[in-house]
Amino acid sequence: MQRYDAIIIGAGHNGLVCAARLARAGRRVLVLEAADQPGGLAARHEFHPGFRACPAHTAAHFSARIATDLGLSGGALPTAPRLVGLASDGAHVVVENGAVTGVGAEDADAFRELDALLDRFAATLEPFWGRTIPRIGGPRLADKLPFAQLGFALRRLGRERLHEFLRIAALPARDLLDERFEHPLLKATLGWDGLVGSRMAPRSPNGAVLAMLYRRGRQAWAPSKLIDALVATATSAGAELRTGTRVTRVLVEGAADGIAATGVELADGEQLRADSVVSSADPQTTFLRLVGVRHLDVGFTNRIRRLRAGGLVAKLHLALAEAPRFTGLDSPAGRLLTAPTMDAIEFAFDDAKYGGVAAQPVLEVAVPSLDDASLAPAGQHVLSAHVMYVPHALEGGWTDAARDAIAERAIDVLERHAPGLRRSIVAREFLAPPDIEARHGVAGGHWHHGDFAMDQLLMMRPTYDAAQYRTPLPGLWLCGAGCHPAGDLTGLAGDNAARELLR
Amino acid sequence: MSAYDAIVIGAGHNGLTNAAYLAKAGLRVLVVEKNDYVGGAAVSRELHAGWTYSNCSYVCSMMRQAIHRDLDLGRHGLLLVPYLGTVNFGDGDERLIAYHDPQASYLELKRHSRHDADAMFRFQADLTRYSNFIRKTLLRTPPEPTSFRPRDIREFLYLGRQLWAMGEREIYEYVRFFTISAADFLEDYFENDLVKAAMASPGIIGTALGVESPGSAYILLHHVMGDVDGNIGAWGLARGGMGAISKALAAAFQGFGGEIRTEAPVARILVERGRATGVVLENGDELRAGIVVSNLDARRTFTKIIDRADLPDGIYEKARNFRIRGSSGKVNIALSGLPKFTGLPANRYVDRGGQAFTGSLRTMERAYDCWKRGTWSEDPFIESVIPSAWDPTVAPPGQHWMSNFIQYCPPELASGPWTPEKRDAFGESVIAKLERYSPGFRDLIVHMEVRTPHEIENEIGLTGGNIFQGELTIDQLFFNRPFPGYAQYRMPLKNLYMCGSSTHPGGGVSSACGANAAREILKDLRRPNTVPADDFDDE
Amino acid sequence: MNATDPYAGERLLLSPFHPRQQAYNLRDAWGAWNGYKFADHYYDAEYEYFCIRNQCGTYDICPMQKYEIRGRDAAAMLNRMVTRDVSRIGIDRVAYTVWCTDEGRVIDDGTIFRLAEDRFMLNCGSPCTAWLRQSAYGFADVEVRDVSDSLAGLSLQGPTSCAVLKRMGLTGIEQAKPFEIRHFPFAGTTLRVSRTGFTGDLGYELWIAREQALELWDALYAAGADYGIQPYGEAATNMARLEAGFIMPFMDFTEAFKTVRFEHDQTPFELGLGWLVDFDMPHFSGRAALLEERRRGPAWTLARLDIEGNWPADGSIVYDSEACRKDIGYVTSAMWSPAVKANIALAMLRSEHLRGPIWVEIYKSKDLRPYRRMARASLRKGPFWAPPRARQTPPSDH
Repeated sequence: MQRYDAIIIGAGHNGLVCAARLARAGRRVLVLEAADQPGGLAARHEFHPGFRACPAHTAAHFSARIATDLGLSGGALPTAPRLVGLASDGAHVVVENGAVTGVGAEDADAFRELDALLDRFAATLEPFWGRTIPRIGGPRLADKLPFAQLGFALRRLGRERLHEFLRIAALPARDLLDERFEHPLLKATLGWDGLVGSRMAPRSPNGAVLAMLYRRGRQAWAPSKLIDALVATATSAGAELRTGTRVTRVLVEGAADGIAATGVELADGEQLRADSVVSSADPQTTFLRLVGVRHLDVGFTNRIRRLRAGGLVAKLHLALAEAPRFTGLDSPAGRLLTAPTMDAIEFAFDDAKYGGVAAQPVLEVAVPSLDDASLAPAGQHVLSAHVMYVPHALEGGWTDAARDAIAERAIDVLERHAPGLRRSIVAREFLAPPDIEARHGVAGGHWHHGDFAMDQLLMMRPTYDAAQYRTPLPGLWLCGAGCHPAGDLTGLAGDNAARELLR
Repeated sequence: MSAYDAIVIGAGHNGLTNAAYLAKAGLRVLVVEKNDYVGGAAVSRELHAGWTYSNCSYVCSMMRQAIHRDLDLGRHGLLLVPYLGTVNFGDGDERLIAYHDPQASYLELKRHSRHDADAMFRFQADLTRYSNFIRKTLLRTPPEPTSFRPRDIREFLYLGRQLWAMGEREIYEYVRFFTISAADFLEDYFENDLVKAAMASPGIIGTALGVESPGSAYILLHHVMGDVDGNIGAWGLARGGMGAISKALAAAFQGFGGEIRTEAPVARILVERGRATGVVLENGDELRAGIVVSNLDARRTFTKIIDRADLPDGIYEKARNFRIRGSSGKVNIALSGLPKFTGLPANRYVDRGGQAFTGSLRTMERAYDCWKRGTWSEDPFIESVIPSAWDPTVAPPGQHWMSNFIQYCPPELASGPWTPEKRDAFGESVIAKLERYSPGFRDLIVHMEVRTPHEIENEIGLTGGNIFQGELTIDQLFFNRPFPGYAQYRMPLKNLYMCGSSTHPGGGVSSACGANAAREILKDLRRPNTVPADDFDDE
Repeated sequence: MNATDPYAGERLLLSPFHPRQQAYNLRDAWGAWNGYKFADHYYDAEYEYFCIRNQCGTYDICPMQKYEIRGRDAAAMLNRMVTRDVSRIGIDRVAYTVWCTDEGRVIDDGTIFRLAEDRFMLNCGSPCTAWLRQSAYGFADVEVRDVSDSLAGLSLQGPTSCAVLKRMGLTGIEQAKPFEIRHFPFAGTTLRVSRTGFTGDLGYELWIAREQALELWDALYAAGADYGIQPYGEAATNMARLEAGFIMPFMDFTEAFKTVRFEHDQTPFELGLGWLVDFDMPHFSGRAALLEERRRGPAWTLARLDIEGNWPADGSIVYDSEACRKDIGYVTSAMWSPAVKANIALAMLRSEHLRGPIWVEIYKSKDLRPYRRMARASLRKGPFWAPPRARQTPPSDH
């Protein structure tokens, strides 16, 4: 029987980064992917003949260090996609290359100031996203080092900036932006990255600003090309990739000296053995489904169960006969937001709290076929939209009618910004959080495997006892977005996990 | 030569506490107060003949007993009487009755959920653990994180040791507790909605957050960490109303030779060469003092009574950005008799407890949604108490006064400025809800006073009507309160200090802010400290 | 809501045996346990204690929390929750066990009755619903039912207890070994009898549907009349269990979830219950922490002390010397033992001081005037009192 050093569950981008690093270090690595295509939430699927899409429609913040380390080639974009706050009258706000247009001079100045400040804070935090954050009670002095270094790095910001950091770190997006800006559309646009994907709205404290800092800089890719490059580098380093191979459980064996993960069982009953089983699946799927609670302590199980990991974002994919034309916009490139005010986002969130969906959901729109022509037939396009906020548990349940109704609402919003778009729709696909859960095997349909919130960060992500990529079950490791630092296509979790495995 | 060593602006409970400790150290202290009564928001006022309203703050649990004892407030007439508990009214017929006896209270919980009756033990142990840590910080000055001074480092080490004493895992749990929402925190323990709602309600009182907002779990603790005679979470009534606290503090202050001038609103703080040197009253009087202590909130202090030109760069902006949104209303009612509430047994002990018209988590959250939209909910959260059921001094025999605290009430309405008509309509929404739970309630009303954030701001000067002098979120707590860098009571002008709830440890009638500020002032003046250390062992 | 009694919500629940027990409770000495009215003693605690040791007595265990756990995954679920391997409990057998937090701290102790392959009863002193629910999460086929209020329990303890049951017509009960369960038809239903108890003496626990409780009482007291049967309360139980070396929650240990301060709770090793921890089981909650503790040894040890003199040492602090140089622990339970005429105690001692001298600081008041004494104590292995009859099968009639 074949034996591997490591079996990686899931060929999402973190799984692939982890596989590539391990394989390059000479480990025998097998990556198992349930879907037919690698990439996880960045995997393409054909939702209409000739049209392909993936839930993650941009990859703006992939770690440049990892890209260099792994020698990724063939697709980093020269700049991050621009962020456009769409106004239905065409008076858009465009954030691009560290500047904003479409707003008054004072707002533009304030933007440059905030942008520089956030850049400085992000640079301070950046090294810590890319390393393991130890337990605070670790036995060795070296374990405390990262905290001392973080303290020192913050201290180096200088007195005034450190004070500002301490103040804004937990601030709601709304307050941060209200303090500085006048233009409602600009505020709604800038707040987006602090909220997207999490159970948070502009007025929610404790998380949004840190999320904004996390989602800054690094390297932009077309997600599809990023996945291709990662697959190429992993396989050329010797990692074996098997797609269409669903892992049904982690094998746990043991006796008086305790239990350990020794391999995995596949849907067809085949068992594969490895010294390490590395899961890039989300923590709830990993522990509650693949491992099973009987191998875990009760308190730990409960903490995993209680992770805030309910997705609040639905996906709308449209196959378009032509490129969409947004009123007053030269091209549909970039990330286009349809949130006119922070209140619009807030009120959409309010509906979702009670299991509903706003009459006018807020959308982040991208046209990925602009960056990757292979996604649609020549001259035609794929439009992808994140639809917020859409609860996992919809009042009245997820019926086809419910899906259609919400998709129609989203299309109405699009139509208002891009008149005529509806007529060019060839086909559409709407994925509610439960659909994302079913298709991608991510519990709750949460893209980031868990909210980006203070209690689910650093040495508490996903929970203490499993935050250093090791888990309470010897032989089982985590390497996905449910670990430090968090979600998004950054590659950092997979890279950090590989470093721990190789230690 | 100044006439005074110190002038304290505002005779709220913290201002009086601060003044008392300065006077106790031998300083000549003047307290100036804009109203014709002392107490700020801790007052007893006869707004209807025969009735004494604690028309703002209405219960007391945070009062530091070390101060109560040290200033001999008991001798000055203060008696805090614990009350038995609060009945929670559900949206419908459900009632969660607060029985005083632990066995009865266990059985009452069990009536709602066996699971929750069991889980309550763990919940209370956890909350006690969390309170024990916070309580240790109340009568201490927060350390400054950017400082390398020995006292700041020592203080951080002290805090570190106290935190570490909880055990590593509990620290993670604590961080979690500190940052998540009340609803999420309670979901860890309970299944029954009324139980959850009842436990969540302290998480929204006075705050511009909802039960679903991250950070509201901590607010919950802020309200339950107080105690009466060591019983954590117990609430007390001041005999004679909340004004009895202010009166006793004023008497203590005057006993040390202090002077109070009422009806003396301050127009501005005198600043000369970067130093605060006194105040100018609105009547034009100029009063000089060695130091000036503001008991006003941070926004008011720096944007209303100091010339912007006198301030160092950036302070005005910090004050403007200080988050101090009003979110609460108050309806004080004189009643001709004790109201009867539906769904409660005619148990004389229960009859005389507090009432919380909690509804459910959803009702509370929806009320918050209304606040966000600049309106009030027709189904608000109301926390009520009828102090006259215990206190013979606040209403004529057989008649009663009822304090109703309403969450939420917006400081600014989407429909335009507050008007008397809108205020009355807001009051009516409260009466309508009370009538729902107590048919005939309306007929008992002898007199009533409705206070929206608008009235609270105009009468007692709390910006936005925020009862805590600033929201209790991480960006404004501990060494961030009121602003990072200024949490040690010294303000950016030399000889200017703050002593109100805008400073650590924040809102609540605790006297801690005023006492902490006094300790720092005396240190600067090289006077012996007169402020006692906290005297509790953890519970 | 009881329409006639506005104070109904304030009143304790009454045990199904209450109508009979009330008649015996001349002293109106009632306390409370899990919301039930519960006797501290009926006539005189010491008298009741001697009934247990000399004849027999009954102790109301209706307030105990009883959970039925059934389903295909019941054994697996329990095995992951408790420290013992329940798959090794035979059908109709009982085992004493503890369950722990992830950190290996004791949440509670109790007994598990195996009623069938897929059916258990868990019996414990405090409500456990929340932890059972967390423990059952993730098991497909397991149902936990709280039967505390529907199942009546009565403990019959003392040397004549077997004789009483025989007289009552429970044929073959004398063949029941310790920790064995027998079932008998009774009053149209089934009476479950387990040879278990909390006194260290010969004894049985009788379990029956609440509705038949009084019939059971009457039959038992009719049969026991000639054997000195007598209800006894909490005070006598506490004496008997201490002599037997059994631990009592909130005296000898603090339940982990009710503990406020770090490590003021205890581990099974600290409580001397290491024998309950079955490391042959590949996994159970707290296993990793307990394995680590076994490796480095428990920080504390609950020791049995024999203390010189006759001053009971309740609440005493324990020192390493007569001069109180270093405090090394504290007494958790103490009494003068009437059975062995010794001044006995359980004390939680720092393990590293177990071999050294042990001195107990005792205060005792004489005519209201307190006196202090330093008393030397020695460690005692095994229970203070363990009569052979407790384990003998068949037991003698007295």
